[in-house]
Amino acid sequence: MNYPSLYSDLFRATLPETALEIGALLVLVVDLGLLRKAALKTRVASASLLGVAGCVFALWFVSLAGAAGLSSGDELLIATGGYIGAAQSGILVLTALTLLLLIGSIFTRHAGEYVAVVLMAAAGGLLVASAQDLLVIFVGLELLSLGLYILTAFAKHSGKSAEAAMKYYLFGGMSAAFLLFGFSYLYGITGSTNLHKILLSAFYASASGGAPLLYVALVLIAAGLGFKVAAVPFHFWAPDTYEGAPAPAAAFIASVSKVASFALLISLSTAGVHLFDGVHELRFVAFNNGPLPRYLGILIPWMLILTVLSAASMVLGNLAALAQTSVRRLLAYSAVAHAGYILLGLAYFSHSAASANAILYYILTYGLTTIGAFGVVSVVERATGSDRLDAFLGLHKRNPLLAAVLLVLFLSLAGIPPLVGFWAKFNLFAAVLGVSAGPVPFALVALAIAMSAVSLYYYLQVLKRAYVLPAIDESPIKAHPVTLIVLLAIAAAVVLLGCFPSLLQNWIASFYR
Amino acid sequence: MLAWTIYLSFAGALVQALLPKGRPGLSRWLALAFAVLGLLHALGGFVAGMGQGRQIIVDLPWVPTMGIHYLLAADGISRVLVLLTGLAAVAGILFSWNVELRTNEFFAFYLALIGGVYGVFLSFDLFLLFVFYEIAIVPKYFLIAIWGSTRREYGAMKLALYSFVGSAMVLIGLLAAYTTAGSHSTSLIDLAACAHAGALPISFQMWCFPLVFTGFAILAGMWPFHTWAPTGHVAAPTAASMLLAGVVMKLGAYGCLRVGIGLFPHGLDPWGFSFVGIGSWRDVFALLAVIGIVYGALVALAQTDFKFVIGYSSVSHMGFVLLGLMTLNQIGVTGAVLQMFSHGIIAGLLFAIVGRIVYDRTHTRQLAELEAMHLGKRLPFAAWSFVIAGMASMGLPGFSGFVAELQVLVGAWIAKPWWTIAAGVGIVIGVAYTWRALQKAFFSDALPTAHALEQEHNHDHQFAAITWPEVTGVVMLASVSLFVGLYPRILLDTIEPAVKALLAGGGQ
Repeated sequence: MNYPSLYSDLFRATLPETALEIGALLVLVVDLGLLRKAALKTRVASASLLGVAGCVFALWFVSLAGAAGLSSGDELLIATGGYIGAAQSGILVLTALTLLLLIGSIFTRHAGEYVAVVLMAAAGGLLVASAQDLLVIFVGLELLSLGLYILTAFAKHSGKSAEAAMKYYLFGGMSAAFLLFGFSYLYGITGSTNLHKILLSAFYASASGGAPLLYVALVLIAAGLGFKVAAVPFHFWAPDTYEGAPAPAAAFIASVSKVASFALLISLSTAGVHLFDGVHELRFVAFNNGPLPRYLGILIPWMLILTVLSAASMVLGNLAALAQTSVRRLLAYSAVAHAGYILLGLAYFSHSAASANAILYYILTYGLTTIGAFGVVSVVERATGSDRLDAFLGLHKRNPLLAAVLLVLFLSLAGIPPLVGFWAKFNLFAAVLGVSAGPVPFALVALAIAMSAVSLYYYLQVLKRAYVLPAIDESPIKAHPVTLIVLLAIAAAVVLLGCFPSLLQNWIASFYR
Repeated sequence: MLAWTIYLSFAGALVQALLPKGRPGLSRWLALAFAVLGLLHALGGFVAGMGQGRQIIVDLPWVPTMGIHYLLAADGISRVLVLLTGLAAVAGILFSWNVELRTNEFFAFYLALIGGVYGVFLSFDLFLLFVFYEIAIVPKYFLIAIWGSTRREYGAMKLALYSFVGSAMVLIGLLAAYTTAGSHSTSLIDLAACAHAGALPISFQMWCFPLVFTGFAILAGMWPFHTWAPTGHVAAPTAASMLLAGVVMKLGAYGCLRVGIGLFPHGLDPWGFSFVGIGSWRDVFALLAVIGIVYGALVALAQTDFKFVIGYSSVSHMGFVLLGLMTLNQIGVTGAVLQMFSHGIIAGLLFAIVGRIVYDRTHTRQLAELEAMHLGKRLPFAAWSFVIAGMASMGLPGFSGFVAELQVLVGAWIAKPWWTIAAGVGIVIGVAYTWRALQKAFFSDALPTAHALEQEHNHDHQFAAITWPEVTGVVMLASVSLFVGLYPRILLDTIEPAVKALLAGGGQ
């Protein structure tokens, strides 16, 4: 990771965000200025393509910024390279995919505004992924979240959309308050807003007798971030938002926002395990019982919190998904369950890059798969007017390609090899056991694997309707060619990355040099 | 050569998926062509491998960071089971010649399943094996759920969940073994070497072995986790039940042998204490196997549905396989592998007769209704095929089942005599239920009901003639069983050295 200290460095590090913001402004100018009289289709297409272009530029800047070694980071605002580069690239690719999905599912006349908000939210996501300072984290999160609230409400003619946005906003506002409250405690105790400094001071604080307020702060922060990743018990917004939001927005919320939030959690954990890297004064701290324990300071309570959230999310998410009749709600609960698996990887975080890479692998492939799933749901929804399970009846007759895509994506979500979802789970669990193979992590991994066996049941419920049960209505479903191409590309990627799992691993590893 | 069996099957599945709809004839012939090609490769590999030890076919790094290899290899056990898969695949297609509903999709799922099965038998990397093992789950679900009969959705879901739970247990065990061994390779050969060098502590093997073994044994139909088998078999279309009983249950048994026993040899050591005569996991699983043999046979005796009789008989016969594995001696384990082959052929034949030849003509499987149909006179081909298959299933000398079960019993006698006695009871009941089914279904003197008589008179009720695929399939399977029964050396010479090597420690 490269830690910029000068303003010119800072500017260079934020070039991707800048590219996205310029893209957003350009989209607005073109859509509201030049193409004001043009047909809606043209405007949507041009706005989406401009947005994708912005993402491509940002991607280029990310790849320029990557590649640097690790150094001390005491005055750090944002960092680049390493897992951050991979996460940012992932965010940009997934954003571009959700923008392309818009072309096939026009739900609003305000195409320019929609794309601009998406790009700004994605810029927030980039900032969140790279932030190393409480203030930057908060600014990034708010930029991301405000964008998401607007996106959720974007289908103005739909009452559901408005309801979902209101719920999302109220929950979000409250959790932001919790987060800020927690941050203020942290600042009060440690006197710094830099993650690394905070952890160091927290270590001293706990070494000198413990600070109960620190734990309060941690719980508050866990509540705030738990909301972002939809971990139980902070998940209540997810089913309603997933159900009410327009499909491309839901895909964005389910993928990009998750990648950004988990990248932030990786930053927290990384800062924690790299506490002593390059910090000289600590050599003089004496320890009575031999080598340094791996988790110090606030890391043990943090790990405990993450473990509890993880186990609760895995169990509740999977069990609640069993009872759903709406595919969007089913996807929401499955997202809760997947967040549970990832939180397990964060709870048992390794000093090497193994855990960070495994988590990124998981969240990137999960984001990709979910975008595809929402793409299929949106096509079916437009044809049948509903996202009930029964709307998928006979899909293999109505649109065989769409059904095949659904098959691949849902089996991947269930973790069936040779699809990418299997390797994601496998990597993650191997990383957890690589950190510690004691009875507790082992039992948690066993729980996670058992729960993913449960998940096969509800994924098969959808596939059963698509392939097995007789169709009520056999009229063909037409998908927009762009949507179809995007969906086929996603399905192909899921198969290809599953057959050659080292492709993505090498790609993530390439950001470390 | 053997590796092509996998690629051919998956290629066949892909071709079927892309075929235009509404060309069932083309679809059938293509499927048959791919299956026959696969069988020829399996046969070629078998013949070429005679007298050879383990041969590595392909060894490429697959996920280098985790030491996962794309490692295909074959030893005697693999070659025999690959041959079985080839035979069962061809027979299954012959007996699904009358599938008219979504024919190309049927054969796509069918060939994908076959490809996964070939893959399991040829994988010598832990995770590659697991990947192929799971690939086989999904096609099974769709084959049963779409083309099945009685309570097909229930049976299909039950089968899929049982398989997935079993494989979850296996995955937990494999992850544990992988991290504990600290090996930089997941190749079974390297891992077995590690295990023999003491990298897997005995206490670890003691708890990991039962986990992995049970996970695999669920698919082998081990009592009390067998309940998916009868419902699944009955719900499945003929070809799928042939494959389920013929090769899929063997996947489980093969995993038990290759991974369970091969990787955790000390998992079967005595615990150091014993409770009512049970002092090790070996005793536990042998007991479960014996219970399975007797229980499966007794339940088969009480069934009113013809297909359930065969379904429970599979549970009973697979009990012999597990019992053979638990003898841990040369003759018993060899017998177990031979029993896998033999039961694969015989169960396939039985399911074909019941599901395709009889059911598709009479549209009932209730023994009570079949009694009134005088099938012995009206479908003599079915009746005499079933006589042959039944004799093979009972374990009459001259058929493969006899040689296999005899070896298992001898092996069990060497290990613990009471196992043999209990299993022998199972054989006796086996004669009884086969005889009962044969007599009720084909040679009953019961008078036809008034309704059936009326139907016969009014419509000049004739069953459709026996078709050539049915004759070919029956002749193929019956002659293989007979041939192996008369000249078992042909398989035993291949199996024995491989079993010897495996029992001596897979790392050779």
